[in-house]
Amino acid sequence: MSGVARPTRALREGPLRLALPRGALFESTLDRLDAVGVDTSELRSDSRSLVFESGDLMLVTMRPSDVPTYVEAGAADLGITGKDVLMEQSDRAFYELLDLGYGGCRMVLAAPAGDQHAEEHERRLGAVRIATKYPRIAERFFEDTGRRAEVIEVKGSVELAPISGLADAIVDLVDTGRTLRENGLEVREEIAPSTARLIANRVAHKLRAAEIDDLVGRLGEVS
Amino acid sequence: MTHPIPPGTRDILPDEMRELRALQGRLAAVFERFGYGEVATPTVEYDAVLARAGDVSGAPAAHRFFGGGGELLAMRADMTVPIARLVANRYAASEPPLRFFYNARAYREVRPQRGQMGEFFQAGVELVGSNAPDGTVEVIEVLSAALDEAGLGRAVIGLGDASLYRRLLEDVGVGDDARAEILELLAGRDLVGLEAAASSLDLGEAERELLTAIPRMRGGADVLERARDLGGDVTRRAVSGLAETYDGLAERGIADRVSLDLGLLRDLGYYTGAILEVYDPALGHVLGGGGRYDELMGRFGRHLPAVGFALYLERVHIAQAEEERLNEEGRR
Repeated sequence: MSGVARPTRALREGPLRLALPRGALFESTLDRLDAVGVDTSELRSDSRSLVFESGDLMLVTMRPSDVPTYVEAGAADLGITGKDVLMEQSDRAFYELLDLGYGGCRMVLAAPAGDQHAEEHERRLGAVRIATKYPRIAERFFEDTGRRAEVIEVKGSVELAPISGLADAIVDLVDTGRTLRENGLEVREEIAPSTARLIANRVAHKLRAAEIDDLVGRLGEVS
Repeated sequence: MTHPIPPGTRDILPDEMRELRALQGRLAAVFERFGYGEVATPTVEYDAVLARAGDVSGAPAAHRFFGGGGELLAMRADMTVPIARLVANRYAASEPPLRFFYNARAYREVRPQRGQMGEFFQAGVELVGSNAPDGTVEVIEVLSAALDEAGLGRAVIGLGDASLYRRLLEDVGVGDDARAEILELLAGRDLVGLEAAASSLDLGEAERELLTAIPRMRGGADVLERARDLGGDVTRRAVSGLAETYDGLAERGIADRVSLDLGLLRDLGYYTGAILEVYDPALGHVLGGGGRYDELMGRFGRHLPAVGFALYLERVHIAQAEEERLNEEGRR
């Protein structure tokens, strides 16, 4: 427990609010919701809306990395996002309730195929330069394995970093590995597997226990 | 030209201060009514003295600096540790129980860009020298009255036991290393990780199911019944402390606003038995918490059991304003 969060105002009445990740996990998330009887047809339309009511749920769509923010503050009672996002924001307080099983990926350390730059820098300069969208995961991985890394945070295509000489290697999430191969990169070390997870706000987890447990039960059964 | 103030700090202006003082006054009146006396301790103490509290990894001092003589000073992260010191210093020979309350500021480190408070008001009580379950029941009764007085009639008190899950792990035969790992996952509220760790243990199916089901159990009196049905004697022993406290609460007629939570574990290292958290439907953050810390006083030289709670005053204030707004909307 470090500093005390100055809370956002959040009204906890009405339907349970479930934060959903737009992007790679979106389709599978909607499929899973359909499978437990939540109507997601409106979300599948081209609507520009961000908020949808569906039965006894309010569905709120957002960037995957915003999901923990909304859930921690109580602006959403529940949220679905990737384990990669949760690992990167591990200092936030929320309950991780369910491994939904889909969206399987791996967090890896990758470097140019056949290239020994990273190893050479580690040996001669004492640190590797790592470009990543996941600076905390990268730092923690090197710390846990007793090594030093100079972590450079980038927002866009991280594969560009070793090609252009910004970094020796990257830490990134890979699915099939195709993007890596196309950019001449190969996996050097596995950091952690990642799948979609269901998380809950600390207060909602207590005050709306029955509704949340019911949804957890339903979502868990089909996985 | 504006002159910056450090991250996590803020100025409080008259309209807010007036309301915070009023709230402090109402809480103080409740605490006085239950026989608690107000204390104030120094904002700055010797780091080595506060550190006697031991592994309080949950609340490290935010600011440490050198005094004029080169001694290391620290700003308090809560009021519980300073009061443990005060009891040892000033009440070394007094007959327990001792009852104290405080309206004071505490200081913690803030993470950047999270809107956190590094300096904040706490209102709370410490009951020193009163064992479980009676002392715990008394403190929960005071907390319940304080919440009512603050206008938070809908607030719920979560009640868990810091030793419950540890004891369960011991009783089903989980070794030291795995136990530490699993407790850390529980404290981090990672129930997925906990289940993965539990299923990798060399245990029977029933034990594994018990270890994964217990942390998810929360609610009314039926929680204890369900836990006993699931785990038999092992669980019966683990929940016995919680059950005694709950019976005491039922006798005083305040069990209704208490939600039992078998998976509750607060970060602070010094809790030994009952642990408390306060929730209000108007707010997504906990309003405060506390519990039993029967070994803390001993580290300062007086071996007395103790129990207490602290409310985050700014959060109580926001919840109060929200509840008022909801009431007005409801009336319209």
